[in-house]
Amino acid sequence: MNLTRTLATARRVLAQLRHDPRTVALLLVVPCVLLVLLKYMFDAQPGTFDRIGPELLGVFPLMVMFLVTSVAMLRERTSGTLERLLTMPIGKLDLLLGYAIAFGVVALVQAALASALTIGVLGLDLAGPTWAVFAVAVADGLLGMALGLLVSAFASTEFQAVQFLPAVLLPQLLLCGLFGPREDMATVLRWISDVLPLSYAVDAMSRLTTTTGVAGRTVLDLAVVGACAFAALALGAATLRRRTP
Amino acid sequence: MMNSSPAGPGPAAPAATATAAPAVRVEGLTVVRGGRTVLHGLDLEVARGSITGLLGPSGCGKSTLLRAIVGVQRTAGGRVEVLGEPAGGAGLRHRVGYVTQAPSVYGDLSVIENLDYFAAVLGAPRTDPARVIAQVGLAGHERDTADRLSGGQRARVSLAAALLGTPELLVLDEPTVGLDPVLRQDLWRLFRSLADQGATLLVSSHVMDEATRCDRLLLMREGRLLADDTPAELLRSTGTADIDSAFLDLVESTR
Repeated sequence: MNLTRTLATARRVLAQLRHDPRTVALLLVVPCVLLVLLKYMFDAQPGTFDRIGPELLGVFPLMVMFLVTSVAMLRERTSGTLERLLTMPIGKLDLLLGYAIAFGVVALVQAALASALTIGVLGLDLAGPTWAVFAVAVADGLLGMALGLLVSAFASTEFQAVQFLPAVLLPQLLLCGLFGPREDMATVLRWISDVLPLSYAVDAMSRLTTTTGVAGRTVLDLAVVGACAFAALALGAATLRRRTP
Repeated sequence: MMNSSPAGPGPAAPAATATAAPAVRVEGLTVVRGGRTVLHGLDLEVARGSITGLLGPSGCGKSTLLRAIVGVQRTAGGRVEVLGEPAGGAGLRHRVGYVTQAPSVYGDLSVIENLDYFAAVLGAPRTDPARVIAQVGLAGHERDTADRLSGGQRARVSLAAALLGTPELLVLDEPTVGLDPVLRQDLWRLFRSLADQGATLLVSSHVMDEATRCDRLLLMREGRLLADDTPAELLRSTGTADIDSAFLDLVESTR
């Protein structure tokens, strides 16, 4: 692990984003627009927005980050720059952590905007503290980023990379408890949902909507999400091969 | 400085370089890709401080051989030793510069942003990006986005990145493709001056007329080495007037 090379990579990825303002705008605006839609979808039942608003505040950034990072990493692979970097003295984890820091900054801004909008402007009624909602939203963005970097290893074209969103995220979305309590699922699905990271992200958010303060379980859920993000990064580094066929 | 006159007699060249260990030593290198054997037990050496040309028709395994030398190719047998270490070893990553056939730079970044990043990864001096930009003749284009450059300019950004940190061995996969004659001449002058300063260059090309600029030639066909000689000796032994004809002559004689 080398901090200079990691930070140089983070700076380079941010420079690439700076050259692509439309992507940055989409990254930041799309989750906000979706949350506004959600608010007025349930115009007549504000209670519903209060319940699922925070959960989706975590889910939308996760999806957007997943898409962007999987395609960004794939471009690194197909442009030949990855092969060049792997002949240079940079560690595989240095490279992925560089990506993680750069997109982590984006996740932070994205979560700040989305939480400020949902709680400040759309008037989401929350039992738990605002900062905790923000923290979970950031963790969700980081998880999406890490999963995106990981799955890009298994895609050889951008078409395939985009398909990983329904393949990897939609099952998690169905099983995370967003559409109904996880307790009501078939036992096997319950088990599966217990090992999927999105379940913990949504659990953490839903607990924040109903209980004041930050429960120990919420901290634990947050830790699970963070650990999954890091595990995905480490796995992503392990799948990078200096020698290819 | 080593005397590497291309006019010298063939057998003299290996004797002159025998004192220093070769920059690259390949023994019995076999590569299988997609069930097909691409390299069939190659044996070769590349002398230090020289320009070695790797020539052959496209698809003959040139790029695969170069990838094996920089250590990014999965091999099925044999040994590749570079600057005294196994190819691709961690200790070599500062010492070997590599240019892939397609320019491998970030298209959405400017020339200087690309080179600053690669220089930081290599730990090269901060002045290196400006130096290599001048070396490849791209002064004045520092702020241009790589995607907006012409194909030849982009190829030179890729070459410039390989020159960062002044590597001891440069592995260049068709660095002059798509360049006009003036630029090609300039680049070959640059290659010669780098070799004169002690660097070893291994340059692939499918343009046979670039062969005469090399100290030594490796002619390849269908994953096998047809010849490993100086350009002059190659012409003499085949009794031909140019490398193109020498190549055809060698192909005929191995049939």
